[in-house]
Amino acid sequence: MPERVLMKGNEAVGEAAIQAGCRYFFGYPITPQNEVPEYMARRLPEVGGVYLQAESEVAAINMVYGAAGAGVRVMTSSSSPGISLMQEGISYICGAELPCVIVNMVRGGPGLGSIQPAQSDYFQATKGGGHGDYRLIVLAPSSLQEIFDLMGLAFPLAEKYRNPVMILGDGVLGQMMEPVVLPDEPAQAPPPPPWATTGCQGRRPNVINSLYIEADACEAHNRRLQAKYDEIARKEVRYEALNTSDAEVVLVAYGSVARVCHSAMELARAEGIKVGLFRPITLWPFPSQALAQIAAGTGETGVAGASGTAGAPGRGDSPGPAFLTVEMSAGGQMVEDVRLAVNGLRPVHFYGRSGGVVPTPHEVLEQIRALRKAVAA
Amino acid sequence: MQAEIVIAGFGGQGVMVLGELLAYAGMLENRNVSWFPSYGPEMRGGTANCTVVISDRRIGSPVVSRPGILVAMNLPSSLKFAPLVLENGLILYNSSLIEQPPDRQDVRVISVPANKIADDLGESRIANMVVLGALIGASGVVSLDAVTESLKKVLPARRHNLIPLNRKALEAGMALASAVSA
Repeated sequence: MPERVLMKGNEAVGEAAIQAGCRYFFGYPITPQNEVPEYMARRLPEVGGVYLQAESEVAAINMVYGAAGAGVRVMTSSSSPGISLMQEGISYICGAELPCVIVNMVRGGPGLGSIQPAQSDYFQATKGGGHGDYRLIVLAPSSLQEIFDLMGLAFPLAEKYRNPVMILGDGVLGQMMEPVVLPDEPAQAPPPPPWATTGCQGRRPNVINSLYIEADACEAHNRRLQAKYDEIARKEVRYEALNTSDAEVVLVAYGSVARVCHSAMELARAEGIKVGLFRPITLWPFPSQALAQIAAGTGETGVAGASGTAGAPGRGDSPGPAFLTVEMSAGGQMVEDVRLAVNGLRPVHFYGRSGGVVPTPHEVLEQIRALRKAVAA
Repeated sequence: MQAEIVIAGFGGQGVMVLGELLAYAGMLENRNVSWFPSYGPEMRGGTANCTVVISDRRIGSPVVSRPGILVAMNLPSSLKFAPLVLENGLILYNSSLIEQPPDRQDVRVISVPANKIADDLGESRIANMVVLGALIGASGVVSLDAVTESLKKVLPARRHNLIPLNRKALEAGMALASAVSA
């Protein structure tokens, strides 16, 4: 068995980024992600990188903007109120088409809210939290090992599409400890690309900007961005589907809540209730097609590395499952994407806890039982 | 097998490190483990707790609503968590600080005079290790050797001189648990 290391989630974020070749971190402290900057402050100098605590989140994201423009692997990390402060800079980085990684360890909101875990920044992360027509690629790990896996993916994805990638976690994931297996080989950052502002000795200056003052030019820029987002939506969908093919109820959840739902699924199956779990790993692009296939009763079970392929075990004449979306959100946010994907084919229900309260497996089990009773009645 | 353990007390009693040692020992025994702390305003002078899951399966929720095992280091923790322990579960309570035993007839309850045993060993700060010893003695969830090995990883090198004393506290707790079981 390869050597396992017991780490805290926030430390895993830091080490995973270093293993992924990140050498620049700019941030500002906020609970529950403080161990990320703490770890980076210690580790980055050891590997020849730069850690800098900015005077605010606004400054931090603009430092990220600058470093990304210079063509290096750079990241920041914050939690909900801090990420709100960064929205202007994130919009500029998307407009200027620069790669970087932004980590949000979400806490209860709105406003200063609480410091406990939440998932109420889903809209902000996936629908464009700042101004303008832009998208972030949003990855939602549900274990510390997956933090490593997705961080290793985040930088190459950001560079391939010249677009920021957001890792959306929460206080549970940041604060918990779990064993991880480190990557065999640390990744090397690629040399700065030709568009980077590396000093213009012997060549024409590169200009990085998000200003297109002529309307036609700005629309052309937007069309190009949309074509890029379409390509990402086609190629980069990731999800995990467990026990969905025979399920009466499919739980839909991401991140730490998907683990709570995994436990609830086991409790329900022990009672003879056929429950499945659908876990989006990319929140944008959302795995709509795979969910639609499950609703239609043609979905497959397993882990998909890319957009799902149709067909799989037949359900006979039985209809697709009912869906229960579980989120740490008061009114539900991801549930809207689930409803769009299912498109009225099957019922989509919602259960949420908010403000920093984490739902328990038994609570979710109660919801499953109630749902089943309502169907039988 | 899956063990779901809540360890609770007030800040300074070493409940977080007790949980961390359990998780570490579980990992050294090639099990899946998770450790999740309570964090928030209640940590200031109030109760602190952590949840440890040790399992042969993929660990779902690191947050547990109904633990199988409870370690209660002070009265507020006992009052809060004892009613949640699963039937046929296990409660270890620090009887040096908790006068009234948890009111549960359907679980195994072990009284551990942790502070007294620690004081007898000459170091009041190892009361948490006494309870950890009693926990592993009564439940067998991890071995004494794995916990001792974990001490080397969790304690900074400059504190490794304290490992023999910690081991003594663990053994005292284990002896107490086996005396109760006999």
